[in-house]
Amino acid sequence: MRGGVCSIRALAPVLLPRWLCGPRACPAHLHGSVRFLSTDSVSAALPARARVVICGGGIVGTSVAYHLAKLGWTEIVLLEQGRLGAGTTRFCAGIVSVAKPLSVESKMADYSIALYERLEEETGVKTGFVRSGSLCLAQNQDRLLSLKRLASRLKVLGVSCNVIKPKDVARLHPLVNIHDLVGALHLPGDSVVSPPDVNHALAVASAAHGVQIYEHTSVNHVVVKKGHVTAVETDRGSIECEYFVNCAGQWAYELGQSGEVKVSVPLHGCEHFYLLTKPLSEPVQNDSPVLIDMDGRIYARAWHGGILSGGFEKNPKPIFTEGRNQLEIQNMQEDWDHFEPMLSALLRRMPGLESCEIQQLVNCPESFTPDMRCLMGETPGIYGYFVLVGMNSSGLSFAGGAGKYLAEWITYGYPSASVWPLDIKRFGNLQSSRTFLRHRVMEVMPLLYELKVPRWDFQTGRQLRTSPLYDRLDTQGARWMEKHGFERAKYFVPAGKDLLALDQSKTFYKPDWFDIVGAEVKCCKEAVCVIDMSSFTKFELTSAGDQALQLLQRLCANDLDVPVGHIVHTGMLNQRGGYENDCSVVRLSKNSFFIISPTDQQVHCWSWIKKHMPSDPQLHLEDVSWKYTALNLIGPRAMDVLSELSYVSMTPEHFPSLFCKEMSVGYANGIRVMSMTHTGEPGFMLYIPIEYALHVYNEVMSVGQKYGIRNAGYYALRSLRIEKFFAFWGQDLDSFTTPLECGREFRVKFDKDTDFLGRDALLRQRVEGVSRRFVMLVLEDHDTELDVWPWWGEPIYRNGELIGVTTSSAYSYTLQRHVCLGFLSPTNTDGSPAAVTADFINRGDYEVDIAGQKFPAKAKLYPFSSLFAQQKRRKDDMELSNFQSK
Amino acid sequence: MSGYLCSRLLLYTGGRHLTSFFAPSQHVLPDKLCRTCPLPCHARSFSSRSRSDGSSGQKGENTLHAPRRELDFQLSRLQINAVLRANEQSVSFPEFDGRSGPSPVLRFESNQLSANTPLEDRRSSASCLQTRGMLFGVFDGHGGHACAQAVSERLPYYIAVSMMSESVLEDLEAAMETLRPVPPILQWYKHRNDYNYRESAALYVNHLRVYWQELLASEEHGDGMRPTDALIYAFQRLDTDLSLEAQVPLANDLMRNTAIQAAFAGCTACVAHVGPEGVHVANAGDCRAVLGVQEHDGSWSALPLTQDHNAANVTEVERIWRQHPASEQHLVIVDDRLLGVLMPLRAFGDVRFKWSRELQQSVLENGDSDLEALNLYQYAPPNYLTPPYLEATPEVTYHRLRPQDRFLVLASDGLWDEMTSDEAVRLVAEHLTGIHLQAPVSASQLNLGQMHQLLLQRRARATPALDLNGATHLIRHALGTNEYAEMDQERLATILALPSDLARMYRDDITVTVIYFNPNFSKTAN
Repeated sequence: MRGGVCSIRALAPVLLPRWLCGPRACPAHLHGSVRFLSTDSVSAALPARARVVICGGGIVGTSVAYHLAKLGWTEIVLLEQGRLGAGTTRFCAGIVSVAKPLSVESKMADYSIALYERLEEETGVKTGFVRSGSLCLAQNQDRLLSLKRLASRLKVLGVSCNVIKPKDVARLHPLVNIHDLVGALHLPGDSVVSPPDVNHALAVASAAHGVQIYEHTSVNHVVVKKGHVTAVETDRGSIECEYFVNCAGQWAYELGQSGEVKVSVPLHGCEHFYLLTKPLSEPVQNDSPVLIDMDGRIYARAWHGGILSGGFEKNPKPIFTEGRNQLEIQNMQEDWDHFEPMLSALLRRMPGLESCEIQQLVNCPESFTPDMRCLMGETPGIYGYFVLVGMNSSGLSFAGGAGKYLAEWITYGYPSASVWPLDIKRFGNLQSSRTFLRHRVMEVMPLLYELKVPRWDFQTGRQLRTSPLYDRLDTQGARWMEKHGFERAKYFVPAGKDLLALDQSKTFYKPDWFDIVGAEVKCCKEAVCVIDMSSFTKFELTSAGDQALQLLQRLCANDLDVPVGHIVHTGMLNQRGGYENDCSVVRLSKNSFFIISPTDQQVHCWSWIKKHMPSDPQLHLEDVSWKYTALNLIGPRAMDVLSELSYVSMTPEHFPSLFCKEMSVGYANGIRVMSMTHTGEPGFMLYIPIEYALHVYNEVMSVGQKYGIRNAGYYALRSLRIEKFFAFWGQDLDSFTTPLECGREFRVKFDKDTDFLGRDALLRQRVEGVSRRFVMLVLEDHDTELDVWPWWGEPIYRNGELIGVTTSSAYSYTLQRHVCLGFLSPTNTDGSPAAVTADFINRGDYEVDIAGQKFPAKAKLYPFSSLFAQQKRRKDDMELSNFQSK
Repeated sequence: MSGYLCSRLLLYTGGRHLTSFFAPSQHVLPDKLCRTCPLPCHARSFSSRSRSDGSSGQKGENTLHAPRRELDFQLSRLQINAVLRANEQSVSFPEFDGRSGPSPVLRFESNQLSANTPLEDRRSSASCLQTRGMLFGVFDGHGGHACAQAVSERLPYYIAVSMMSESVLEDLEAAMETLRPVPPILQWYKHRNDYNYRESAALYVNHLRVYWQELLASEEHGDGMRPTDALIYAFQRLDTDLSLEAQVPLANDLMRNTAIQAAFAGCTACVAHVGPEGVHVANAGDCRAVLGVQEHDGSWSALPLTQDHNAANVTEVERIWRQHPASEQHLVIVDDRLLGVLMPLRAFGDVRFKWSRELQQSVLENGDSDLEALNLYQYAPPNYLTPPYLEATPEVTYHRLRPQDRFLVLASDGLWDEMTSDEAVRLVAEHLTGIHLQAPVSASQLNLGQMHQLLLQRRARATPALDLNGATHLIRHALGTNEYAEMDQERLATILALPSDLARMYRDDITVTVIYFNPNFSKTAN
């Protein structure tokens, strides 16, 4: 209890009196509230050591401190360079809304609302919490459709919401002009708070649990020894610690760069403006709902009888590219000319405000990340260095839930929900260029309120990583998407055919590339196609003795002790049996392995292997992603093309499935040819040292001509893999999914007596039975031409009851139907998870809810065997792995 | 009040008769003489925008609309842009050229718009290849374009040669002598509409060679002249050469006519030399060079680097008075003009203000009298008692470049008639930074509706990104800004659509060159 005693001593003179004397009247102004947790900078010396040091006293930092303390941690120190909540928190608009693009984000927001609501009771600090509800307005049918999709997603989470008519909007908020609306989404649970007061309440609650808070203390850098956080250097001395949490908001990037070991925290600031008005002649009620008019790019809430309204403009102003300091954030200039489009939108939405007087235009910088999602989790390579920043202007909505997840992460090693989309390990060094960030956030900020249709891509910060064939493919009509900075072809537009412009091609219905991809799929089925799949993450693990095999046997669920030349599809599981990675491992020689993982696993997989790798100088892991160009030859004629180029018979008799050989292709020698395609179609993957890439490609294309060869893209690949029920890590599989839940028991070495990570959990699950199951749903009665297409995240109903959510979907050109993949997780009547059996799945009527409309579907546990071309196989090699993304 | 008169005149004549009204008058008031004849001075001061007098401005507006309705002068936006951009030029320089430190100039943008037909303004831009530095000149011709043309293509050579060291000049001379290729002296940046007098090229080279031979012969030339001396000396030398060429017999008539026209016509010149040590501006006449300075707080100010040599310049008037007997004091400057005729008080050419009456007479008589243009020069200025009255010696100012010096605007008086130096700097700065530099709005005591209206007005007023070229931006605003300081598309269309004989009454030829400095240059250089 040393920590507890210590903290009370540190805080007693300043905090306790206020804290005991109860709530103070709610401050009249958002910004006027006096902070009183200030530690006297002279008298209160920093402790010499702590377990956790949190940098940043904004809403996020205090939330992490609060949740850590709740989980029983002691010796927590929170450092703030200025005063608590002096950064973005001080200025933010105070809206807590669950209308977020990702389910996990909605979940965090939902938790935040519950937390903020009970804070006042818990601490006695008034937080200004009002459950005002919110209205997301739709000015057009596409927007309404996206709101309906959001509504069906929220229903899965148990959040109450209603799609309502414009007339109902007018009833809920009389100031709103509804003439140009087609509908709205009403979220009665959404709330408004006073952010500095919530911040303060969290600080008070944390302090009550023993967190020591020091203001006016800046972190200079974090000391890392042997890959572990050991201490934090501040301007007032150093603190030894085991864990460090970077919640420094706008300053997080620089804090990450300040240490000897650099941490990439890819975020960038943008100016953000909102308007405060004086009270209206008829004051706006405190509980009038928050308005979110995404088509007008604005939001508005009631504020002291007047209105607070801001927006996310099309032409944001990035700031602090060259660095920043505390002073700057407090002296941001107002820019009315810049605000004009938002003001126009506001007056159009609420014409009654014209006569309302202006209080202030606030410029409140927000930090944004390259993909519009926050950055959470342990940084790769440094144990004990956690990050929670980059809130993309939803800091208040996320802070509660995100703080809880991060606290769990620090405590248990993982959070209680799958947060891979928010995991900082989805980014690497390659996303932390200042120029890249500056350009990307200028796209990200407007995107917050832009209509997001299936398969949109970022347009900025592109062409960072490309295959050597990029130009060659581009001239042949390739259209590109980006994954982890790598350009990948989506499809190839034939010469003479034009697609719609990017803006016009946005649709929730049948897209304009439908026939193009159809032709590519057909070619894969009947002839042969080439797909450049160079973006894969490729590692080589070698050792002098059998250390490499030992390590992989421990990390991988499948048996790696196979003859040289065999390819093994395997998951890398965590203790809970969940997939940390799903990869293909090739045994190149007795003691060297080639590991192929999904593109965005580059950082995560590296740190996962490194984490479990003994420090043995004879064991060597190398990232060789950049050394190889990968060409995927898919189709029945792939073997003909290759044998012509190598003078070797490539028939299944001579080259069975899931084998790897080094051979020559054309003039180039040393090409790793693997008999797998990640689609279930016959064909080969060619791993080509990049200097040979162009040669091999040219040879393949010229020899392939007589077999009808053509280029194909990832959309064709995706359609092929989904119709064959192949799950994809990051989309379908996550760290909470076990092989048993997705029908991959045959890829687990239960029969061997080798221990591996997750074995115990899997054995237990095998006995208890699974409570969720990956299924394939084939949509019936869905008109491809006229109905809204599924994407992912659609609720699944069984016999009219909500039972699961889809994780990916594609149109199967072979079945001529839409196929959705997803998980069923039934519950008993008391809400506890129920076991799923084949019988249970087969005896049910299923429906998939796409934007509020339910389509009947057939659920299947196994793929259509008719889709697999007849090939000679190894016993267990049903190739069920794939890495292509959404 | 002249503006008022003129506008009344135009109103009463009515649009339909406008052309016929002015057509016969061409003999009396040929537009080429505008600069030098006393009468058209009324037309001159009736500039396209009267800023001092509100009432006449209002009338001016009416006049401009009258012809449009009657004659359908209106141009479309595309046509306007085509007219404005015909002479656009924009050249960027690499920051490091590999020869030496960072380049002081990042790029320059230039444009010309003619009111006279043909255009009488000239411009030139070139890099000195043998010495470090760039030359930018604006030349405003009068009495024809001959003088401006000759000066624009020759003056940079004279300046460059003056600055060359003895050894480089010796190389030149040796190459010339042995018929080897002569090392290039200048790298020109020309627009496709800029041209050279081809027929006189040989003559020009010869005279340039004579000049450098004299420099070689002189004792103290050594490492070459400092920019200030070089500019002064080159101006004087070229003016002398122009004058001599008109007096000596030449190989053919064409060359001779060219020489005589160049000498009898005139031009003012403003030349900036931007070198490692800073900016030297030499000015003779009423072109102007203005430096755009951005202070540390982000505000902009204009720093003129030249004095206009016209009757408004007291020092200049006194200088002329000093050079002539006191008895002439009331005769030298009449109606704000030199001898009641010439507006600029310094100029190249214009030998009618430099030679004795006898010399003028003899040259004109010996000349080919079928040269119709020469008839114009038969009128000697009145009260021509103690010539010369005019010289081409420039006034040179030196400015050392600081990081806050962002650009230099060189423009002929056609621009400065329409706007002040401050306005020009504001416009270019706005164009450069892409933001509107009107005072930022603050929310004092406005309601949302009023604020909204205000913002919309400001948006409408700002016409950013219409022109990529800063010089075009200036010209567009010079002509299109109305008396409420707003961009007025209709007004611009009308002004540009004026037929050539009318155009000269509303505007002068405009030449603008904007030179953008490298802010890193002065940081590293100092």
